[in-house]
Amino acid sequence: MKLIRTLGLGLLLAVFALFMSLLFMGQYKLTSATFEDFTTQNNITSEVFIKDLKNSSVDKEFSTPFYLANSIAKAVESANTYHKKNKEWAKVIWIKPHSLAYQLVKSSGTGIVVQNKLKFWFLSFGLAILGALLFMLPAINLKGPPGIKNNHIFHSSATNRGWIAWFVFAFLILFYLVLYFRPSYMINWIYTVDPISESLSGNPASQWFLYGFLYCVIMSTMAVRMYIKYRHNNYQILRTTSVLFFQIVFAFLIPEILVRFEKPWYDFKNAFPLDYDFFFRWNLNELLENGGFGLFILVWGVLLTLVVVPVMVYFFGKRWYCSWVCGCGGLAETLGDPYRQLSSKSLFSWKVERWLVHGVLVFAMLMTGLTLYGYFSETYEVLGIKVQTIQDIYGFLIGSIFAGVIGTGFYPIFGNRVWCRFGCPLAAYMGVIQRFKSRFRITTNGGQCISCGNCSTYCEQGIDVRAYAQKGENIVRASCVGCGVCSAVCPRGVLKLENGPEEGRIGSSAVLLGNEMNLIDQLHDK
Amino acid sequence: MYVYMGHMKFKHTQPYENWFWDKNDITLKKGFVKKIDASQKTLIFSDGEQLTFDKLIIATGSKPNKFGWPGQDLKGVVSLYHKQDLDAIETHAPNNTVCKRAVIVGGGLIGIELAEMFHSRHIPVTFLVRENSYWSGILPSGESEMINNEIRKNGIDLRLASNLKQINSNADGTVKSIVITETGEEIECNVVGLTAGVSPNIGFLENSSIETNRGILVDRNLQTNIKDIYAIGDCAEQRTAVEGRRPIEAVWYTGRIMGETVAQTICKKETLYAPGHWFNSAKFFDIEYQTYGWVNSEQHMKPNEAHFHWMHPDQTKCLTLAFNKTSQAFLGINTFGIRMRHEIFNRWLDQKKPIDYVLEHLEIAHFDPEFCKTYYHQVIEKYNTENNRNLQLKKKSWTQIFSLKS
Repeated sequence: MKLIRTLGLGLLLAVFALFMSLLFMGQYKLTSATFEDFTTQNNITSEVFIKDLKNSSVDKEFSTPFYLANSIAKAVESANTYHKKNKEWAKVIWIKPHSLAYQLVKSSGTGIVVQNKLKFWFLSFGLAILGALLFMLPAINLKGPPGIKNNHIFHSSATNRGWIAWFVFAFLILFYLVLYFRPSYMINWIYTVDPISESLSGNPASQWFLYGFLYCVIMSTMAVRMYIKYRHNNYQILRTTSVLFFQIVFAFLIPEILVRFEKPWYDFKNAFPLDYDFFFRWNLNELLENGGFGLFILVWGVLLTLVVVPVMVYFFGKRWYCSWVCGCGGLAETLGDPYRQLSSKSLFSWKVERWLVHGVLVFAMLMTGLTLYGYFSETYEVLGIKVQTIQDIYGFLIGSIFAGVIGTGFYPIFGNRVWCRFGCPLAAYMGVIQRFKSRFRITTNGGQCISCGNCSTYCEQGIDVRAYAQKGENIVRASCVGCGVCSAVCPRGVLKLENGPEEGRIGSSAVLLGNEMNLIDQLHDK
Repeated sequence: MYVYMGHMKFKHTQPYENWFWDKNDITLKKGFVKKIDASQKTLIFSDGEQLTFDKLIIATGSKPNKFGWPGQDLKGVVSLYHKQDLDAIETHAPNNTVCKRAVIVGGGLIGIELAEMFHSRHIPVTFLVRENSYWSGILPSGESEMINNEIRKNGIDLRLASNLKQINSNADGTVKSIVITETGEEIECNVVGLTAGVSPNIGFLENSSIETNRGILVDRNLQTNIKDIYAIGDCAEQRTAVEGRRPIEAVWYTGRIMGETVAQTICKKETLYAPGHWFNSAKFFDIEYQTYGWVNSEQHMKPNEAHFHWMHPDQTKCLTLAFNKTSQAFLGINTFGIRMRHEIFNRWLDQKKPIDYVLEHLEIAHFDPEFCKTYYHQVIEKYNTENNRNLQLKKKSWTQIFSLKS
């Protein structure tokens, strides 16, 4: 068993090495035919740009994508500077430099990976999955019978902010930076999933397809780990299955298939304001141009946020979304589960959390308000502010940096729900409902709490669960995503997530502290 | 326990952040109290320093029992009580190369925790239990037997009906081996865990005017024989035991309740200690245990006490209900591997519900996480067969559960 585990780890590390070396493989040649096609198709009329690239890159062979991508991006920038200076607005290239570079690099690759996409898919994704399974499956046997087995979590470098954690942290951050801002650097990874993309949507893969596919693969593999770890707990098994289903079917398959039928790419479960560009001009236009189906999406998107979300939160708490449906939550609960104990429980963090998460919600609302005002009054500027600028700032700061780079990159250091806790505007919105108008609570079982601290330690949202439980008080907190792990790790059967009447929801039905005293009542008495 | 096993760091075990005490005007004073001068209302520390008080609450807890075994103070003999014990265990048993075997003496709740701790570091454990079966003074035999199996399943060398005769020493004063009284067998080991219960920690009160027996004697308002001096927790002994309970109760929650009670009293709202119906809980490796009311072991069963026992075929879940043979009143329940709702059982005990009622409504008292399987149909079926009855399980209804509140 141990041998299988070691083999799995070895395989995983070998595949990782191969995966990284893929970045440096292949030949890249931007032929003049491809280049001319591209410029015509995209209406690029800047002779400065065309001449610059023809001199520096076209019909030349490169052995990595980096140099080619950079010289293309640089050419775009210097051409734009030139044209803007001369006020030749028609010649300015509006595609972002590195998106343009990505498109050209994507059609320039000729090397070994491009010729063997499926083989390299197997060598990277295929073997990685195999390695991960070999590494994880022996836990069934090695870690003993079903039950909570958190032994040595704080002795391990990977899960207690040791060098492995810092390495993973650096890798994840780099990965997200490249994904968002330099996609052409990972061109070989994208090539390997081309065949899958083509079979689904009919189009070659983009970096977003790679990301979506990788997301599903990682979630599925790490879900196996969850199934093993919590095989004694049906709540955990069902909710893991549910997030996996919604990620694979709703976030990945349905949108790709919609594209195949020339419908807009849409994830039916992604509710505004998490789906922050739902009301952007380009999206509204695309939906409205798509006839009945587009209109259906528009109506559904509005209903989801205004009716479905609050009604469901009232009956079940925000867990129905955060721990059962959401993709961000899904990754946090699978890939992120080994890091849940790293979230900070300090009062200071709670203060930061409330300012930040509600701040993002306000930002999202203001941005959307401006966007809609601009849309209906057919202007691009509101109160002298360019709507586009606000959207770009939000997209960059919140959409890319917070949700991606920080949200996932910080897993190994600050815990697995950094985005959900500090940044997600949808979570903030649902949190307000959950706190003030919901049937959901974590019930504390009378006087059984021994104050051991497992619940607080393993709360991914940084809630000091014990502080409530040891007072015999139920836990009603805006940030609780209802993952159910506090209840699972409790050695004395003290905590239970449940939905019930609002009456007596916070207070202590649970005044079994012996003296029929209620600390909360006493506070009110004073 | 959880710190040694790597589930938590030490700071996670602290119930409040460090700023809490200052903020609430609570001063932490480090020092050993050597003597209490009750007439002068003064504490005298071992370094000679003095501190006067208006009201004094003694909460010195307990200390692990040592029964004068030869070698009981050797290097490598540990207990499991406070931070210093944790540090000692970490020093003497960091892994299974330094500690090739650990022997635990005393088959109670702390002993089994210590066994689980060593087990987590793959240190072989021999577990000496004085009784014929684990915790058989408390648990009915079926349950006790189930825990014996759970201990063995985890690879612990469980020795029932075995007492410690002596601990042998190496030349450097470290533990070499132990000897079992009954068999004379010598077992080589590097660490010995003494977990044979605790006694009140009141040595510093010798020759003081505060009245003591095994613990510090207190009235129902937790005051000692001297006005303005109170004692709470493991070190306190009730002059007359609260109904159904022992005069000294070394249980976590009685300490908490006493603390809350005495806080009321010193804040001028005189309150009597009233811990309510007995309850307790523990975890034996992977099996959680809860109890509400009184279920006595065979050796301590009351004359009118009868038991109904159900066990799941996989031997990791079971429950025992105790009731009065004549009045049929429900007396208590033990559950293993099944979580139960404290509030509901407290109410049923208050109302002295008949056993039939309790069985029919078990589903309402269920506290396992949502979607977990329940077994109450099997429980009630067994009861019906054994007693030739036809009880029907009542389905869960929320209005019933929360009727208390409205």
